[in-house]
Amino acid sequence: MFVISCPYCGARDQSEFSYGGEAHIARPEWREDMSDAEWADFVFMRSNPKGVLAERWVHSAGCRRFFNMLRNTATDEILAVYKIGERAPEVQAKLPATPCGEAPIGSGNDAVKVMQPGEAE
Amino acid sequence: MQRYNVVRLIREGLSGHKGWQPAWRKAEPKPSYDAVIIGGGGHGLATAYYLAKLHGMTNIAVVEKGWIGGGNSGRNTTIIRSNYLYDASAALYNHALTLWKDLSRELNYNIMMSHRGVLNLAHDEGEARQLKRRVEANRLNGVQAEWLEAKEVKAFCPPISVAADARYPVIGATLQRDGGVNRHDAVVWGFARAASDMGVDIIEQCEVTGIDTDKDVITGVRTTRGTIATEKVACVTAGHTSVIAGMLGLRLPIESHPLQALVSEPLKPVLPCVVMSNAVHVYMSQSSKGELVIGAGIDPYLSYTQRGSFDIIEHQMAALIELFPFVSRVRMMRQWGGIVDVCPDASPIISKTPVKGFYVDGGWGTGGWKATPGSGHALADLVANDEPNAIAAPFTLERFVTGNLVAEHGAAAVAH
Ligand SMILES: Cc1cc2nc3c(=O)[nH]c(=O)nc-3n(C[C@H](O)[C@H](O)[C@H](O)COP(=O)(O)OP(=O)(O)OC[C@H]3O[C@@H](n4cnc5c(N)ncnc54)[C@H](O)[C@@H]3O)c2cc1C
Ligand SMILES: [Zn+2]
Repeated sequence: MFVISCPYCGARDQSEFSYGGEAHIARPEWREDMSDAEWADFVFMRSNPKGVLAERWVHSAGCRRFFNMLRNTATDEILAVYKIGERAPEVQAKLPATPCGEAPIGSGNDAVKVMQPGEAE
Repeated sequence: MQRYNVVRLIREGLSGHKGWQPAWRKAEPKPSYDAVIIGGGGHGLATAYYLAKLHGMTNIAVVEKGWIGGGNSGRNTTIIRSNYLYDASAALYNHALTLWKDLSRELNYNIMMSHRGVLNLAHDEGEARQLKRRVEANRLNGVQAEWLEAKEVKAFCPPISVAADARYPVIGATLQRDGGVNRHDAVVWGFARAASDMGVDIIEQCEVTGIDTDKDVITGVRTTRGTIATEKVACVTAGHTSVIAGMLGLRLPIESHPLQALVSEPLKPVLPCVVMSNAVHVYMSQSSKGELVIGAGIDPYLSYTQRGSFDIIEHQMAALIELFPFVSRVRMMRQWGGIVDVCPDASPIISKTPVKGFYVDGGWGTGGWKATPGSGHALADLVANDEPNAIAAPFTLERFVTGNLVAEHGAAAVAH
């Protein structure tokens, strides 16, 4: 469970917020030759990274305003909160050593951690 | 393979159980295989089993980053049913249900399949109408289904409260009598043992870290235990499907969410069937060990941490106590989470991709356990023939471009 810092109200329990999905997905400008695949990419395809994700939240049980957040999905660490319309700030995140691996801390799954070469069994 | 039967059990019992052999070989990666399956969950191992058994492809490997069955296969609540609304889903999940019925015998491994019945409760008139419609749709598709009035629900499942003044009054339910639960580890180990016996290499502690291609044709995989050459790669990694597809630059319509479950202290038999409620978002069954197994909906946000938020547990327990007042005095022992790969139409992807030789079986979300043998069967067909069979055909990736979705969200809101 997170404590999320609403840019308007300050730190509140996550249960006060609703999730708004991946941020910065812009609706494509209409063009006559727009393909179905381009529409599918906008409507359905998502980056779903194991790592830094820019996402929207809304403070539904508070000020009811939307804002953006950067979060490390491998650890749930919140890296930055910023307002709608602002650019995502540069951040550093503790990422797993391998693409599907588990991060050193913050993973709920230490037991399935992959042994790196040389690591004792 | 050492067959398991009563004669062997008695003989081993008399000789101090010293003659049992490991159920499957711990294999080392070979330089090349005819096909590599990424992910040693139930789906990946079932795929390997059917590839070897039905398509004669035995020079194949299953590579697993942790231990087999350590992902969602080992974390799910094993509810099995096939009462989906649409024809395509009914065909897929009912095919799996048919395979489950004979799987213990086929694998010579007791998967503890128990067809104890699954109740889906209705709490208001609108939901009752919708569920009755589903019963009719199910029957047209040959799926076992019936409607029970509140009194019949109480008779079938006595601990449930059907009080008229309840916060969530039970006004009826659908029942699928041949639905039920089974034992997750046994399914994983049973498929692993049978596949290994036919020559399939099962390689644990081996994470795929990259996929090699030549002009959009698969040539091999890179792993934490070296490079393996192969022309066919099947990605069966549940929550990590997008990460693997991303290695090839493919974007998928999948988002990975935590889904949690919890179990109580063991009790004497109190709950004769599986009970699910979409409206209040909770479901419960009782394991053969006696624990109440309880689950709910996904956490709303994306995450790979295999935990979940506390407010979800609070919500589901509040609903559960309304439905089953006796649970208020039961202690909960363990809670855990898995990472489920959710598709926007709540249906899976069993598909070829723009990269030749790369197949995806994912997007099963919160409800893929029930499909394990059916998914493996269909994916094995696709990998062997490079064409989807009739069951897999509606579940291609292209459906998100053509708009031909299998929109099961409404029919299967809590889809486990
Ligand atoms: C709490 C919970 C309850 C559920 N309840 C139900 C239910 O009641 N009924 C139902 O039908 N379904 C249920 N499900 C869903 C079900 O568990 C899944 O849909 C199903 O088990 C998926 O099987 P799988 O074999 O594809 O995935 P998994 O068992 O997760 O297997 C995927 C494997 O891939 C491995 N992997 C990932 N990345 C890599 C890599 N790079 N290299 C090598 N290996 C890799 C993982 O370690 C994992 O072992 C539930 C899920 C959860 C989490
Ligand atoms: Zn606020």
